[in-house]
Amino acid sequence: MPELSQQSPGAGPALACRGLVKRFPKVLAVDRLDLEVRAGECFGLLGPNGAGKTTTIEILEGLNTPDAGEVNVLGQAWGRGDGSDRALRERLGIQLQEAKFQDKLSVIETVELFRSFYRRGPDPEDVIKSVQLEEKRESWVGKLSGGQRQRLSLAVALVNEPDLLFLDEPTTGLDPQSRRQLWELIAAFRSRGGTILLTTHYMEEAERLCDRVAIMDHGHVLALDTPAALIATLGADHVVEFAVDGALDLAPVERLPGVSQARREADDFALIVREPHVSIPALLAELDRQGVGLKRLATHHATLEDVFVYLTGRTLRDE
Amino acid sequence: MSEPGTVVELPPAATPGAAPGGASGGLAHNALWQLTRARVLSFLREPEVAFWVFAFPVLMALALGIAFRSSGTPRSRIGVEEGPGADSVAAALSRSADLEVLRLSPADAEAALRRGKVAVLVRATAGGSPTLVSDPTRPESRLAQLATADALERAAGRVDVARPRLQSVVRPGSRYIDYLIPGLIGLNLLGTGMWGIGFAIANWRQQRLLRRLIATPMRRSDFLLALLLARLLWLVLEVGIILAFGALVFGTAVRGSWLAFVLVTLIGTLTFSAIGLLVAVRARSIEAVSGLMNVVQLPMWLLSGTFFSSERFPAVIQPLVQALPLTLVNNSLRAIMNESAGLATVAPAAALLAAWGLASFFAALKWFRWD
Ligand SMILES: Nc1ncnc2c1ncn2[C@@H]1O[C@H](COP(=O)(O)OP(=O)(O)OP(=O)(O)O)[C@@H](O)[C@H]1O
Ligand SMILES: [Mg+2]
Repeated sequence: MPELSQQSPGAGPALACRGLVKRFPKVLAVDRLDLEVRAGECFGLLGPNGAGKTTTIEILEGLNTPDAGEVNVLGQAWGRGDGSDRALRERLGIQLQEAKFQDKLSVIETVELFRSFYRRGPDPEDVIKSVQLEEKRESWVGKLSGGQRQRLSLAVALVNEPDLLFLDEPTTGLDPQSRRQLWELIAAFRSRGGTILLTTHYMEEAERLCDRVAIMDHGHVLALDTPAALIATLGADHVVEFAVDGALDLAPVERLPGVSQARREADDFALIVREPHVSIPALLAELDRQGVGLKRLATHHATLEDVFVYLTGRTLRDE
Repeated sequence: MSEPGTVVELPPAATPGAAPGGASGGLAHNALWQLTRARVLSFLREPEVAFWVFAFPVLMALALGIAFRSSGTPRSRIGVEEGPGADSVAAALSRSADLEVLRLSPADAEAALRRGKVAVLVRATAGGSPTLVSDPTRPESRLAQLATADALERAAGRVDVARPRLQSVVRPGSRYIDYLIPGLIGLNLLGTGMWGIGFAIANWRQQRLLRRLIATPMRRSDFLLALLLARLLWLVLEVGIILAFGALVFGTAVRGSWLAFVLVTLIGTLTFSAIGLLVAVRARSIEAVSGLMNVVQLPMWLLSGTFFSSERFPAVIQPLVQALPLTLVNNSLRAIMNESAGLATVAPAAALLAAWGLASFFAALKWFRWD
């Protein structure tokens, strides 16, 4: 793993797992996974559907038992059988993917219910305010919109003022405005010294929120670093995507000036380039030479998505 | 990072001293209280459920209580087929207080008998004795036949040799409604106990709420206890409503020991709740739990003597019938309400009922899954 200690030196890991394996009847959901989340950092787990993110996070939360491997959460293992699990749960904030609350309870009743399970924590009214659900305070959970439910679920995760927060796809289904508000809430939690492990499909979210990310697929980690360092592994900052109307020989294209990689995706092509203003004229000249016409061309800044495609040949959201 | 115009901040940090937390805190911070409250509130907010629990037994008692009310001796309906001699037969029968006479054309007569509109059909023959036609498989035809023959013989001039004196006594607690009310209470305890617990658990498991709950430090015993406490609250309400309704409308009453009555309903509720818990230990969906629930309840609906006496079932299955939890509840409540029974009389049944409950509860604890 590259450059393991460039941030908050001296702080022990808030969360660590080693050699984690979880097998379901038909799939190996987690395959010898190692992770380490430092105290005070926001760590992102990225991967396509079925990569094993939820399975991993639920093992770390102590809700699933792994078939093999060790887990250490805030300095202790799960299931020691001495009542330490309960004490540990006092310090965790958990949001589950797709968990529902009781439809016929109101927002405030739900938050009060969960607040009562913890020894300490903020006032339920303040928690509701913090996720901007004051207006829906008295509404039944069953009548909330998808995004409002997501916020309620975050409120419930914050109800004990946790040291470590697990968020499984916290912003899926939110409108852009709500997503931004949630990002700010997560940033505020972090700036108060909290540690976060989150999963997401959104690259922008990971790049903005996470100090480090792990890209995973088929149950193991393909790459782990800061978003910037991962993008840097592509060797260039820009991506040029284009389509042509004939048979293109990719080998000469790969040797064009400024091109660090060239890939074919069905009928489309993608080049990773350092300087588009150098490479694009060269590309057009090469297409001319091969006698194929250009149907479409677009460029964008390289993102984690490109890193993922480069690593796996698949897109992150493979719906 | 902040967008203009939006203010996002975390809730103010709790100060451990000021936070009314832990077991020492007020009710609002007590998990058992909150869990019970949540259960009661979400139940109250389901009007359909409230209907089944509260209104249904009352409507049932009303309908059956009226249909089977004992208003004097029921009169048998006798059909007289038109023809020669029909007039004198009809006149003879009309003199009997026990009979109601219908004159029928030959075309309608057979059909009336077949459909049970008349219990006996009288066919007069010119000169000779009339023929009485009836269906021996109908319970009422025997009585009607005897009464008809009696009326015809008297009209023909029979003189009664001995005339026994008749005395009618209606004992309290022996009407059909007296039989029915305890059965309805038992049936209601079964239904609400099983559905109230089993349905809720399967539903929460399906929605992953159970998993969300055990991700907190919540005590699992608080959770189960809250379910039972909420049940006990319903117990008071639903039994109270049926009892009050029976007393006001039909004059039914608890004639035996109130202590025994309370104890039997309490043990019955806890036992049915435990069975509901057992049924839902693994069910991952409402559909799955509904099926299981019906399988478990069906034998009791059929055999436990809610609407008619279970003594009628063949002797071979009686041991099973008598050991079913609902039979135990029904028979005990009947003994207490109608036969003035006390604690000692129903103690064996109550003990067997409790054994059902404890066995189900411990089996449920052993196999229960939270996800
Ligand atoms: N309880 C289960 N039983 C059987 N297979 C399971 C179970 N839970 C997950 N899986 C399988 O394990 C794999 C990983 O699933 P997981 O939910 O961890 O993926 P994910 O990365 O969270 O996906 P998504 O982005 O869609 O949420 C999938 O192939 C899934 O089908
Ligand atoms: Mg998932």
